[in-house]
Amino acid sequence: MFSKEKYKKLVTETAEKSPLFRDCFFAFTVGGGICAAGEGFRLWLLSVGTEEKSAGFCVTLSLILLSALLTGIGVYDRIAKVAGAGTLVPVTGFANAVVPPALDTKSEGLLVGTETKIFSVCGPVILYSTLAGGLYGLILFAVKMLGGTL
Amino acid sequence: MRKRIRTLSKPVKFLSAAAVGGGEEGRGNFGKSFDFLCPDDRFGEKTFERAEGEMARLSLGFALKKGKIPPEDVGCLFTGDLQNQCAATSLGLLSFGIPTVGLYGACSTCTEALICASLWLCESPENSVAAAVTCSHNSAAERQFRTPLEYGAQRAPTAQWTATAAGAFLLGSDGGEGMPEIREIMIGKVVDGCSPDASNMGAAMAPAAADSIVTYLRESGFEPSKFDAIVTGDLGKVGSALAEELCFNEGYDISGNHFDCGCMLYDFSKQDVHAGASGCGCSASVLACHFLPELQKGKYREILFLSTGALMSPTSVMQKQNIAGIAPVIRICGGEK
Amino acid sequence: MSICYAFVIGGLLCAAAQVLIDRTNLTPARILVLYTVLGVFLGAVGLYRPLFDLAGCGVSVPILGFGGTVATGVSEAVNGAENGFSAFLGVFISPLSAAAGGIGASLIFAFVISLLFRSKPKRMTSRRNS
Repeated sequence: MFSKEKYKKLVTETAEKSPLFRDCFFAFTVGGGICAAGEGFRLWLLSVGTEEKSAGFCVTLSLILLSALLTGIGVYDRIAKVAGAGTLVPVTGFANAVVPPALDTKSEGLLVGTETKIFSVCGPVILYSTLAGGLYGLILFAVKMLGGTL
Repeated sequence: MRKRIRTLSKPVKFLSAAAVGGGEEGRGNFGKSFDFLCPDDRFGEKTFERAEGEMARLSLGFALKKGKIPPEDVGCLFTGDLQNQCAATSLGLLSFGIPTVGLYGACSTCTEALICASLWLCESPENSVAAAVTCSHNSAAERQFRTPLEYGAQRAPTAQWTATAAGAFLLGSDGGEGMPEIREIMIGKVVDGCSPDASNMGAAMAPAAADSIVTYLRESGFEPSKFDAIVTGDLGKVGSALAEELCFNEGYDISGNHFDCGCMLYDFSKQDVHAGASGCGCSASVLACHFLPELQKGKYREILFLSTGALMSPTSVMQKQNIAGIAPVIRICGGEK
Repeated sequence: MSICYAFVIGGLLCAAAQVLIDRTNLTPARILVLYTVLGVFLGAVGLYRPLFDLAGCGVSVPILGFGGTVATGVSEAVNGAENGFSAFLGVFISPLSAAAGGIGASLIFAFVISLLFRSKPKRMTSRRNS
């Protein structure tokens, strides 16, 4: 029989690899498109006199709403199948991490199903951004206490 | 030296077989051979988990109807599915009131159930009937093993598609004139698949399939050409190529008559199935829809049938344990005319 | 002009993540975490703001922006605090409060959407017979 190492090598040789060029092309165009559309919307908001912070959040809010709706009607996963990271990395991908577990676990009831599982995919993102932010805050705090500034 | 093949004390006949499937199965190669297809995969149920149980119930109902056998005459039911704690088949088949043995062999459960039913029949009085029912549901499996359904993720080219299908078989040691029969059985060995990669199950099951095929051929002394088909359960494209390579390395060229249910259920030219089908409904429905009818018609005289199972849990995969494979074998001969 | 930069920089960020998906065994969840932490890091070393001024939504719409917003919020809360005590409290409050908009919107929409719709079975894309 094959040794384990030899078998692993055979598996790598036999397994078809993902089409990198095609995947990257769609990720680039779809992801770039979402960002460009968001930027267009933001520029328009700024031009009608919205303040900068609110304009940025309006873009995020609209993209999240759009993504949640597309997920609800069952279209988002079909786009994501082609676009890959193009729909994962923009904030639409974050919304698509929150809505599906909520939809899916509806069958186990709104309290023990939806509300306990809603963080199952997006939880790590929230945790690590909080951790990283907290660590950065601690460093800033220490510097401030020592009398310096960053 | 341990002998692994067992010749049954009396051949066990297939009295009837039935299969039900979902929308993708209907668009596949055997769309016309299923007894019932439900295009929306819900089978009239509120949840996909219940739908899986309903598929088991429908398939056994069709098998009983085709064999003209009342449920009271079935002495024992051997069942399995892909849900946690085999809830689908246990709850779905409850209404028949048949004594039941629940089994788990992942996607190999179909052959496992047929082996158990055969052994039970060999120890039973004349005219006993046993049933084997296995099913899997794509949406229930996605929820349990992978990601929520509407989550947008790309599947790897080596990933397989859990079939939404169920197969039911009624077996008896008597009657069933002209029907195919099981003559020999061989229990599968759990073999290390050398990888924890859950998106390439075919590669994890190929060593087990090759172990079973090589052991069977070596012990029986048969050449692969003795069989019209050596049928594996759900190795898919990647696993099939690997299993053929492993067998070739042991001196058996099976590439000429090796068939894989995972490569047959869907139409690669029309359906974007990636490496192939999987699930315990895959080998069960292909056996019921294709191989048994062909054996009955006499197109095949004899086949070696081994469903392949990937043994793992979502927890074991996360803990980076290798996936193991198992492949129990039955030898099915066509009915004598 | 910033729309062009948004397209190119946003697109490149996505394409880089695609390379990670296709050629490493990093799962999408890990990539999101990586990008978020990278965003906090860029904010901390002062690179996030110049990038944002150049490409706007090209860096703020990718999940990198989530981390960038957190870093900006933390820096405002801690450096802008009146005394040491409120700066210390800011370390714990500001990371989540800076990200609260995105998280809140996602949770609220997710709940409403889950009341209105239900999951549908996955489908393979049909290939046309050629």
